[in-house]
Amino acid sequence: MDIFLVEAIINGILLGGVLALLALGLNLIFGVIDVVWIAYADIVMCGMYVIYVLYTHYDVPLLFACLAGIAGMAAFGVAVHLLIIAPVLNSAPINQLLATGGLLFFLQSFATLLFGTDFRNIGVRLPVVEVASIYISFARLIAFLFGLIGAVALYLFLKRTYIGTAIRAVAQDRDIVGLMGIDQRRIYLATSAIGGALAGLAACLLVLQYDVHPFIGNTFGPVIFMICVLGGLGNMIGGFVASFIISQIIAIGGYYSNTELSYVLAFTMFIILMFVRPRGLFAR
Amino acid sequence: MSRLGASAFALAALAAVLPAAGPAYFLHLLIQILIWASVYTAWALMGRFGFVSFGHGAFVGVGAYVPALLWNYFGLTPWVGIPAGIALAILVAVVIGYPCFRLRVVGHYFALVTLALSQVVLLTLVAAREITGGSLGFTPKAAGHSWYALQFPEKTYFYVIALMLWLLALSVWRWIDGGINREALEAISEDEDAAAAIGIDVLREKLRITVLSAALTALGGAIYGQYMMYLNPESVSGIAVSLQIVFAAIAGGVYSLLGPTVGALLTISLTEGLRVWFGVTFIGAANTIYGALLVLCIIFMPQGIVGTLRRAMAARAPKAAAAD
Amino acid sequence: MLSLSAVSAGYGSFQVLFDVSLEVPRGEAVGVIGSNGAGKTTLMRVISGLIPLRAGTMTLEGLPLAGLPAHRIVEQGIAHVPEHRRLFPRLTVEENLRIGAFIPRARRRFAAQLDRVYALFPRLKERRQQPAGTLSGGEQQMCAIGRALMSDPKLLLLDEPSAGLAPLVVRQVFELIRRIRGEGLTVLIVEQNVQQVLDVVDRAYLLEVGAIRLAGTADELKGNRFIRQSYMGL
Ligand SMILES: Nc1ncnc2c1ncn2[C@@H]1O[C@H](COP(=O)(O)OP(=O)(O)OP(=O)(O)O)[C@@H](O)[C@H]1O
Ligand SMILES: [Mg+2]
Repeated sequence: MDIFLVEAIINGILLGGVLALLALGLNLIFGVIDVVWIAYADIVMCGMYVIYVLYTHYDVPLLFACLAGIAGMAAFGVAVHLLIIAPVLNSAPINQLLATGGLLFFLQSFATLLFGTDFRNIGVRLPVVEVASIYISFARLIAFLFGLIGAVALYLFLKRTYIGTAIRAVAQDRDIVGLMGIDQRRIYLATSAIGGALAGLAACLLVLQYDVHPFIGNTFGPVIFMICVLGGLGNMIGGFVASFIISQIIAIGGYYSNTELSYVLAFTMFIILMFVRPRGLFAR
Repeated sequence: MSRLGASAFALAALAAVLPAAGPAYFLHLLIQILIWASVYTAWALMGRFGFVSFGHGAFVGVGAYVPALLWNYFGLTPWVGIPAGIALAILVAVVIGYPCFRLRVVGHYFALVTLALSQVVLLTLVAAREITGGSLGFTPKAAGHSWYALQFPEKTYFYVIALMLWLLALSVWRWIDGGINREALEAISEDEDAAAAIGIDVLREKLRITVLSAALTALGGAIYGQYMMYLNPESVSGIAVSLQIVFAAIAGGVYSLLGPTVGALLTISLTEGLRVWFGVTFIGAANTIYGALLVLCIIFMPQGIVGTLRRAMAARAPKAAAAD
Repeated sequence: MLSLSAVSAGYGSFQVLFDVSLEVPRGEAVGVIGSNGAGKTTLMRVISGLIPLRAGTMTLEGLPLAGLPAHRIVEQGIAHVPEHRRLFPRLTVEENLRIGAFIPRARRRFAAQLDRVYALFPRLKERRQQPAGTLSGGEQQMCAIGRALMSDPKLLLLDEPSAGLAPLVVRQVFELIRRIRGEGLTVLIVEQNVQQVLDVVDRAYLLEVGAIRLAGTADELKGNRFIRQSYMGL
């Protein structure tokens, strides 16, 4: 087999790790709060800027800058819920989509105001690893590993803790959780914080590979939605699997043609799959 | 409100917003408002019945690019090119709409399928950079003052064209309002199963309104392209344009004839006003405020501006009556 | 222990309960009977805080309950087994029980409570790792009651525990309720199965179109002609 094709496939798998992380975050929020955060990818963008500023302007060590990025985005998730989601929780779903869509617009413009439209880079260049004459970027490897670690941590949290179990319970029957002594609003806040933290973690992993600019969310935001819908909105495992399918389509498509066309291919397959399996690939 | 009253209202409002601006700039703004008001009205034809499309950017893009490409490469007049663009937009609408409606892709899922559609058109335009110029944009060959090329250096011509487009959009809205389809569509938006049970052909009704909406949107895109004489994938297609359409229509209010127009009037004069106010030093400031206002608007005025005003007036009317 | 006086409640502009007053003394089992749509479920929802009360007062051991949200009422010691059981179908049996012990007081005693519930319902222990949605109807009812007991309540609210179960299983459920009573728990139970519920409760109320029509000891109601004719088909 063509060595470059193998490389493309491997890169696809590595990309899938980060996409999976974001799909998990978005699915969690949708499953529990029943709201789609259109601006989710833009929260990642904010996280990337936080890390960029701390690391390049304030000389904070990269590890701490990353931790601050995660914590900051968790707090940001809570703020988004309190300021934007909570007021429209009982409105029509379309208004909820639009409120977070307005946030998308706001965040992109605000980032432009603060940083301009330049592409910025933290200037950390990680080595490239060579295995059997296949070149793999170390940054992507790290991203993949931490993506998986994040997913496993989330799984354990949801499975092993009281709050985690309560979060899953809310996703299954939100009307009666009060009878269990669960305060729905606090579960929503916890969920938003986790969703934000996952976006923050993704920001740490992406900032090592890509330049930051205000509109970076537009490049992978739609892809994440696609993944979530393919996996079945709210279905965490489905989203996880779909991440790797979509990332392969993008990687292999990109290998045979160019990046834009590989995305066109991915979106078109998505539309077709929506017709064939309207409730997601893994709907029961 | 009569159509004459409507346009008078729009003009008066604009005149109040921008008293200091020069006449050429004023006209330019007015043309943009009229064109986008038509597009927003076209979107709201569907949106008011709860069929929320995040894909109308695709129709604007198709409508704008097809005549421009045909003109540059084949010298084909926009008089043929525009109908060709509209036809392609209708084709796209049917290819996406038919399975969507057939297979009951609704709500979030419909929004996301149409969102994917806007990205497909945007990315195709970018990817076909040898033909379309990609993200650098595309400039139709200039032909001076020409009816054949539908190009007029004088803005007054486009003002009249845009006005006619807008009146067309309003008449389509009125036509649907007065027709029997409206009741069918309302029944569908309430409950598709119940509508089907009383003998409404749900698929056909939804498809018809979608085709109408897509065609009108593409026409708007075409006029916009002819007027601007410069096309860019990002400014006539993709998520950004789709969201802009949805926002403005909803901000103005999708349940009343002039709602989307008010949306266009407000959003465009606001962005322009903020742009003039902040100048180029604070790039992004205008849109930041705009985004914040959008969020506030959706939280506090879910009925849109016109709907909210109407409700406020309705609330005041009984009190006034009681006082008599 | 629980005392309602002149309680009114409803949904939106639709009033369901009109001036309902009722007493549940400590250690007793009290029944509420009534036909479909009488407002029995609504009454339970008001007590557990799922819907607000519009007028009247409601106290538990003298402390006012009105205005508290549902999750705070659980902390006061009231556990509600909702109509149709409402288990979390994709959580396992044990996870459902764990959610029942969500409040801090119960969390601290989780292991002991779990042993108590498994002793009461050995079937649940066998099925502990199974998703609750795959249990049989009777097992689901046990799981729902077990989940409520996990919060270590003073007062247990049961909304139609026998609904949709086979006659044999209905008898088992009532047997269990008798055992729970035997442990000293106070119980308020809503039922359409008038004959059997009057065998387990001390006292009962008849609710008709949102108002209390009759009240008395179980024996008094069993002997009441109106009840015998309209609700027991005798
Ligand atoms: N969520 C709701 N919104 C509006 N009305 C409701 C709601 N729930 C119940 N109702 C109405 O309130 C009335 C009483 O309902 P409730 O469920 O309390 O009756 P019930 O006595 O429990 O009946 P059943 O024996 O059938 O369970 C009914 O007329 C019902 O239609
Ligand atoms: Mg009931």
